[in-house]
Amino acid sequence: MRAEAREALPISIQGVTKTYGTVHALDNVSLDVRSGEFLTLLGPSGSGKTTLLMVIAGFTRPDCGSLKFGDREVIRTPPHLRDLGMTFQSYALFPHMSVAGNVGYPLRLRKVPKAEIAARVAKALETVQLGGYGDRRIDQLSGGQKQRVALARSIVFEPRILLMDEPLSALDKKLRDQMQIELRHLHEKLGMTTVYVTHDQREALTMSDRIAVVNKGRIMQLAAPRDLYERPANRFVADFIGDSTFLTVTRQGGEICYGDMPLRLAAPPPDAKDLALMLRPERILLSSEGPRDGANNFTATATEVVYQGDSYLLQARLKDGTEITMRGGVRGASISALPSVGDAVTLTIAPEDTVLIDGGTY
Amino acid sequence: MPGWFGKSATETQITHGQRLWLYIFAGIVMALLLAPTLIVIPMSFSDSQYLEFPPREWSLRWYENYFGSVEWMQATATSLKAGLFTMLVATPVGTLAAYGLHTARVAFVRATFALLITPMMVPVVLIAIGAFYAYVQMDILYTLTGLVMAHTVMALPLVLIVIGSALKSFDMDLEQAARSLGAPRWQAFLTITLPQIRFAVVTSALLAFLTSFDEVVVAMFISGGDNATLTRNMFNSLRDQIDPTIAAISTIMIVVTTLMMVLAQVFGKRRTGG
Amino acid sequence: MATLAGANHSGLRWDDRLERMRLFGLSSPALLLVLLVLVIPVGWLFAVSFIGEGGQLSLENYQRMLDSKAYYRIFVTTFQVSILTTGLCILIGYPLAYFMSELPSRAANLCMIAVLLPFWTSLLVRTYAWLVLLQKKGLVNDLGIALGLWDEPLKLVHNMGGTLIGMTHIMLPFLILPVYGSMKAVDRDYLKAASNLGATPVRAFWTVFFPLTTPGLFAGALMVFILCLGFYVTPAVLGGGKVTLVSMKIVSNIELFVSWGAASALGVVLLAITVGILWIASSFLKLEQLTGGGH
Repeated sequence: MRAEAREALPISIQGVTKTYGTVHALDNVSLDVRSGEFLTLLGPSGSGKTTLLMVIAGFTRPDCGSLKFGDREVIRTPPHLRDLGMTFQSYALFPHMSVAGNVGYPLRLRKVPKAEIAARVAKALETVQLGGYGDRRIDQLSGGQKQRVALARSIVFEPRILLMDEPLSALDKKLRDQMQIELRHLHEKLGMTTVYVTHDQREALTMSDRIAVVNKGRIMQLAAPRDLYERPANRFVADFIGDSTFLTVTRQGGEICYGDMPLRLAAPPPDAKDLALMLRPERILLSSEGPRDGANNFTATATEVVYQGDSYLLQARLKDGTEITMRGGVRGASISALPSVGDAVTLTIAPEDTVLIDGGTY
Repeated sequence: MPGWFGKSATETQITHGQRLWLYIFAGIVMALLLAPTLIVIPMSFSDSQYLEFPPREWSLRWYENYFGSVEWMQATATSLKAGLFTMLVATPVGTLAAYGLHTARVAFVRATFALLITPMMVPVVLIAIGAFYAYVQMDILYTLTGLVMAHTVMALPLVLIVIGSALKSFDMDLEQAARSLGAPRWQAFLTITLPQIRFAVVTSALLAFLTSFDEVVVAMFISGGDNATLTRNMFNSLRDQIDPTIAAISTIMIVVTTLMMVLAQVFGKRRTGG
Repeated sequence: MATLAGANHSGLRWDDRLERMRLFGLSSPALLLVLLVLVIPVGWLFAVSFIGEGGQLSLENYQRMLDSKAYYRIFVTTFQVSILTTGLCILIGYPLAYFMSELPSRAANLCMIAVLLPFWTSLLVRTYAWLVLLQKKGLVNDLGIALGLWDEPLKLVHNMGGTLIGMTHIMLPFLILPVYGSMKAVDRDYLKAASNLGATPVRAFWTVFFPLTTPGLFAGALMVFILCLGFYVTPAVLGGGKVTLVSMKIVSNIELFVSWGAASALGVVLLAITVGILWIASSFLKLEQLTGGGH
């Protein structure tokens, strides 16, 4: 039985900057990862998320900054002494070794006695549901299996921090969805501090305790998935997570107005120079009896109605030309009530769903 | 047969018949490429004092001549030793240099690479007389050490090119993974990278051996006396009078070379294994 | 770039520098050897070429080369041999490479043996073989007379002809390998497109295929030419003293006359020509392509 599990470590990143010529891959980034949490670095390609992960791993040396695992400053520690588990996008499995050879490699490096290696390798393979695969060769494995072997190899020596660089991007959708849940379960079972990099916002929302949205070398927002989705800090975050329409709104008198229509809000607006109204497609409702009291109403003309089986998609154009997208559920009774292209429609949104965000571009 | 001439050889519907001249030409060229190499073999078994082909009478006298001569045997030993040592020195030195130049993010990597390749571009004669001059000053003329040094320098470009190209197609992620698992760079190189490029290492080792073993001009100047190489003696013999013993030696050399090529294939092919 | 005053900044820069130095330092044994065996000696030679008979600084070695008719002839011969050999290699090697590039891979590999086996065989052995084949009572003459191609045995060796034959044979693989590489890289779809657009096979070949193979051809031809310039063994044996190249003059200067001044001056000139050609070529071609890219 495994000895007392080692305590997961918190990670503290302070003021890390990395420039390549004039490009800031990382711009004075500070971030605290809590002990045992699953934190995702989410962002588009080139945002710096992978660079940050590489800094944590020790393969990219920043220009300045501090990195602590627990109390220990590790920014100058070489990668092979950082004692982290890491998986790579390409899996990086050693082709000249078997599965057991790969998984046992870190244990051999740590001079663990042979018998113990065999036991721990078997256990790690069990954990990723590849029990008995020890003798297989790497080129005999499927993508999903390779992923699991890479995972087993990175946890077999019980690291206190685990780093994952887009581990699921090479898998097909079904497998990816399945693995997301498995990885989440694994995290709950083993309890290591995990930093996960991805560009897939759905993945991030599914798996993380907190998400750090990264763009152009800076952290846009660090929050739990729900807060990120409901209350994005700015337009970039709102745009990146979920699909939304954005309407420009202005301050007039003491009220926030869209055009000349004041908006009913359930919460005070954020303190920003430019404001935007974020409309999530699934929060907009199609009103069949005209404007609703107490809600914010928009009249528009339907431009596109798409039936998608479990839902329908409606695109409509507002008076000022902006296109809004809404998504609604389909029930037997409402199919016939779907509007046709060219119909005038009333879209309403409850005050609780009327979210204002910082509309500045980043 | 006539039907085959009409069949198309390419997707653009050029027929074999239209290409016949190409096939005949290629056949002749390949025969001419191989013939000189192969002709030496039957010649070595000829009984005649003069170089004769086809041989009228068969005998092993030239082989006896070769194996019986102290001079030839000593020269062979020297060549083999030089070849072996060159291989043993050039391969690690070259591999290290290739790895260092591949991974160091320094401005003068390309210039250094070019410098290390120059022995291949510079006329051999120059290297020969330069080494001769230098060795006289350093008092290592006609020594095995001097010979190995010179041959190593001449073999390095090949090692660098072969291993450099293998490293380029090697996925550095593997080395990074090993380092993330706890291996310092040198250990990651030995346990992960090296096994992956071993075909290149074996090939370059063989190339280093052959470069030294076959080398004539430099050996002409800096090897001599007890440390004369096989090639040096063969060349001198060629210039003076044509001794059919050379045919016997040549045959043996061809056999050795072919053996090395086969070995390279065997050691390289075993890419499987747990 | 403004200096960053962040935590650990100078420490991190030091780490970075150290790592780069250590990795680069892995090439130091190689550099040391090349320095000892090549750079310093050639530097010495360079210096020696400027020392005259009496031991003083002078240009007389170079002057001698400019004045002497013999030297002029030697340079002309060297260039002649190099250009002719390169030309022959192209004429013979290009079609063969084309033939091989059209074969399915197993047949192509087999044919490759015909190219590689001589390549790996010792230079001396091949030169010797041609010596035997081309002599008066050699196989070539016997065959020629038997086939009725000529009546009297031709003098095929110890002259320019024999030298060219031998050198072409030695140099062919150096041309075929890069050319073959660039031919394999040509997407055959280009030829199909040309054919579809109305080009005859010949037209398609010259206007589409051939231009795409010029990088490999250029690299190969360059390699052959440079090797020919400095070549010694084959012309020395097959030329039999009648065909004198620069390399041979250098050797005879040392061996026979022990005239270091003359030999080193010749060597310097030869090196200068080689470097010059490489430098001009490098504006068309990167060094990497010569040494193992192909395309």
